[in-house]
Amino acid sequence: MKLTPPARSAVHHPHAHDSALKHATGAARYIDDMAEPRGCLHTALVTSRWAHARLTGIDASRALELPGVHAVVTAADIPGENDVGAIVPGEPLLAEGVVEYVGHPVAAVAARDLETARRAAALVEVTAEPLTPVLDLREAVEKAHYVLPPSEFLRGKPGPALADAPHRIRGEIMVGGQDHFYLETQAALALPQEDQDMLVHSGTQHPTEVQHLVARLLGVDMNAVTVEVRRMGGAFGGKESQATIIAGIAAVLARVTGRPVKCRLDRDTDMMVTGKRHDFLLTWDVGVDDDGRVQAVEMTLAARCGWSVDLSPGVVSRALSHADNAYFYPHVKLTGLFCKTNTQSNTAFRGFGGPQGMMAAEAMMDQIARTLNLDPLEVRRRNFYGPEGRNLTPYHQPVEHFRLPEMLDEVLASSDYAARRKAVDAFNAKGGVLRKGLAVSPVKFGVSFNKPEMNQAGALLHVYTDGSVSLNHGGTEMGQGLFTKVAQVVAAVFGLDLDRIRPTATTTGKVPNTSPTAASSGTDLNGMAARIAAETIRDRMADVAAEHLGAEKSAVVFERNMVRAGNKSVPFGELAELCHVARVSLSSTGFYRTPKIHFDRTTNRGRPFFYFAHGLAVSEVAIDTLTGEWKPLRTDILHDVGASLNPAVDKGQIEGGFVQGLGWLTMEELVWDKDGVLKTHAPSTYKIPTARDVPRDLRVDLLADAPNEEATVFRSKAVGEPPFMLAISVWLALRDAVASCGPAGHVPKLDAPATPERILMAVQAAKDTA
Amino acid sequence: MALTLNMTVNGKARKVTVESNALLSDVLRVNLGLTGTHVGCDTSQCGACTVHVDGVSVKSCTMLAAQADGATITTIEGLAAPDGTLHPMQAAFKEHHGLQCGFCTPGMVMSAVDLARCEPNASEEQIREWLEGNICRCTGYHNIVKAVKTGLTDMQSGGKVAAE
Repeated sequence: MKLTPPARSAVHHPHAHDSALKHATGAARYIDDMAEPRGCLHTALVTSRWAHARLTGIDASRALELPGVHAVVTAADIPGENDVGAIVPGEPLLAEGVVEYVGHPVAAVAARDLETARRAAALVEVTAEPLTPVLDLREAVEKAHYVLPPSEFLRGKPGPALADAPHRIRGEIMVGGQDHFYLETQAALALPQEDQDMLVHSGTQHPTEVQHLVARLLGVDMNAVTVEVRRMGGAFGGKESQATIIAGIAAVLARVTGRPVKCRLDRDTDMMVTGKRHDFLLTWDVGVDDDGRVQAVEMTLAARCGWSVDLSPGVVSRALSHADNAYFYPHVKLTGLFCKTNTQSNTAFRGFGGPQGMMAAEAMMDQIARTLNLDPLEVRRRNFYGPEGRNLTPYHQPVEHFRLPEMLDEVLASSDYAARRKAVDAFNAKGGVLRKGLAVSPVKFGVSFNKPEMNQAGALLHVYTDGSVSLNHGGTEMGQGLFTKVAQVVAAVFGLDLDRIRPTATTTGKVPNTSPTAASSGTDLNGMAARIAAETIRDRMADVAAEHLGAEKSAVVFERNMVRAGNKSVPFGELAELCHVARVSLSSTGFYRTPKIHFDRTTNRGRPFFYFAHGLAVSEVAIDTLTGEWKPLRTDILHDVGASLNPAVDKGQIEGGFVQGLGWLTMEELVWDKDGVLKTHAPSTYKIPTARDVPRDLRVDLLADAPNEEATVFRSKAVGEPPFMLAISVWLALRDAVASCGPAGHVPKLDAPATPERILMAVQAAKDTA
Repeated sequence: MALTLNMTVNGKARKVTVESNALLSDVLRVNLGLTGTHVGCDTSQCGACTVHVDGVSVKSCTMLAAQADGATITTIEGLAAPDGTLHPMQAAFKEHHGLQCGFCTPGMVMSAVDLARCEPNASEEQIREWLEGNICRCTGYHNIVKAVKTGLTDMQSGGKVAAE
């Protein structure tokens, strides 16, 4: 039995997104678009106006008098356990005793319409005695105010090696957080069923987690809760743990009122209530030789976790495991700090700590080069991972199949780097008001959840007697094209046209106990599970086909919607009918677990990653030294997606990830006031990139002829997160432009996001040094 | 105070009775069931709610429905031909992968169609400037700009519909 892709190949082909037509015609339904069931109630939240306070009273009597109000719930009204802690318990859905940030949900109202709910929420009187908050990340670091004890990655003897190094360089940068700004705000619709059952339509990347925690909140078994999601209007990590808050509130109100309840947060509430990307204070102490080669390094990565743990253990672990980026550290100690502040509880966001860890590595490389008057590109190349002896990561996983050295040569040539480097230097040597910057940055991103047990997935596949296929798996569609890619995999296994495969809404009722769609792993895991299910069914069908066609099973081929053996064939649909008549099952589950991986969380050693995805970006910018304003001029990207399942979808991830990273590092700024109120809680004050903020000249290439050495699904590589970090090249290019304003050896002081204000200050500091 | 409003929506005469403070986006979505018009920011900045009122693009989440009394409104649902043939701008977004999660797409398409009215031969720079009021968080805009360019060209060539 052989697998021959059909004429218009199902895999390795740029098929349109499975919902493209529906998106373009407005027919795609998101949760808020679903027809509201009879008696559906709407929700508004009552949130804390204190950053830290002891609650002394909640009086809902005036709210309850308002016509149309059905319920106001507080912690006391939750039927089960008031806890939505994703990793460690102790994170109440509704505040109990104390509030820990401005925006902390204290109560929730269900009313006949949204306006009534909002009016009622404003009438709920909350009283409290203020406590002293910790709002600043540095303050939390100084006070060792943590949500968890520090974590450490150690290899070799960094202390003595640092002392012996010819040059010792210390540095630090602050890297800001980021709001997800998914275009569709968080939403859930809870529908009470018979008995104590609850059906929840939840815009979540993690239906199983929502199911688990809704069951806990309602005090019922998991089998009484079904969570379903067809699609999300973007998620980016923000709808992993945080979606539980919204679904939990809808479910509790639905239980208390006995009615369907919808909870859709308006944009301001969404931004005030939900967690964001962790901001980090990154510090390092590095010893290098005269050529800029690292001898030893000690780094501290201090994360603002916000008020609770949420997913911070995973985020900090991934930050630590990416603080090497592409570079070998002979002796290394990396310390992660879980800082507690009275702000939103920070959470998963594309890259999951990886980007912040890489920023430490890249800022450090830039500083080494400038301090020693070396070419930053050369310093990077010299520090790349190499053959045995120079290939061990700080978590003791050897780097195999490292593609960056060859990719670097390729992108330097295709981007005409050498000539442009000279041109930029010549431009800056004229000493004008405008300065240019050019920089190259690599990405090496570990693929697999850091936690080995999360690397598993299930699928459920049915072939119907007309030959059409119904596909279900544990992954969720948030726009990234997962449903398209997994359907392509199934089409390839059966030799069917893609339109014969119908992806169906993710539901805990079909595939149980799933992992979140996160860590870029959606296709790797669910594609493989679906492939296994499809191959199971194909194998059974091949038996029937062999008998029907009078051939050996080994001669049976599935291609072009037909099943052939020699010169005989039967249409796929007809074979499905024959299987049914022969009482052969046309339904199967598929289960996949990633091989080879292991990780010991007590020693922080192991092989957490199945493989690495690689990328490189060359970015050029121009800054105005009188205003700090800047423009991205050109970016060239070469990215490694293995053998791409869908080049169009993958390029879309690369372009979108790069631009999202560019927003993070240059314009998206979260500002809290002295009372801990987030002042940037709408697009009026929180600036994400628009069509004019991105390089006009953006050239994206996929690394050609580069199948994954590991046996992933059709030898593809994960693509969701890695390209995000390509934007570090833009931040480095801005530093390069700023550096031209100072004397040789000047190291720009430029925190992220590099807003015009910060660029202007850095330019001024560079000029003052001169 | 309840008001009775008459509008022509996607070619059909519609009569709705709504509160005087009802927003056009809510009337379209809730009263008329036209949920392709999305609400992303509630404050007229993200552009997901863009529709045409008397042929001009408008952010419906901050327009009172009462202001649209007597108006002719087109939403994303009214753009394709009755037989389902896509409008050239819709076809271009689909063909050029100018979408990922799809939430911003209806507003993008409606906005881009209005650009054709104002600037049928818009340059890339003009397209990017025009789209400043429409936020996309997924694509990085590269394919959206390509789609709009193609859509504008195809609209001029008499509504040529892209292959597929």
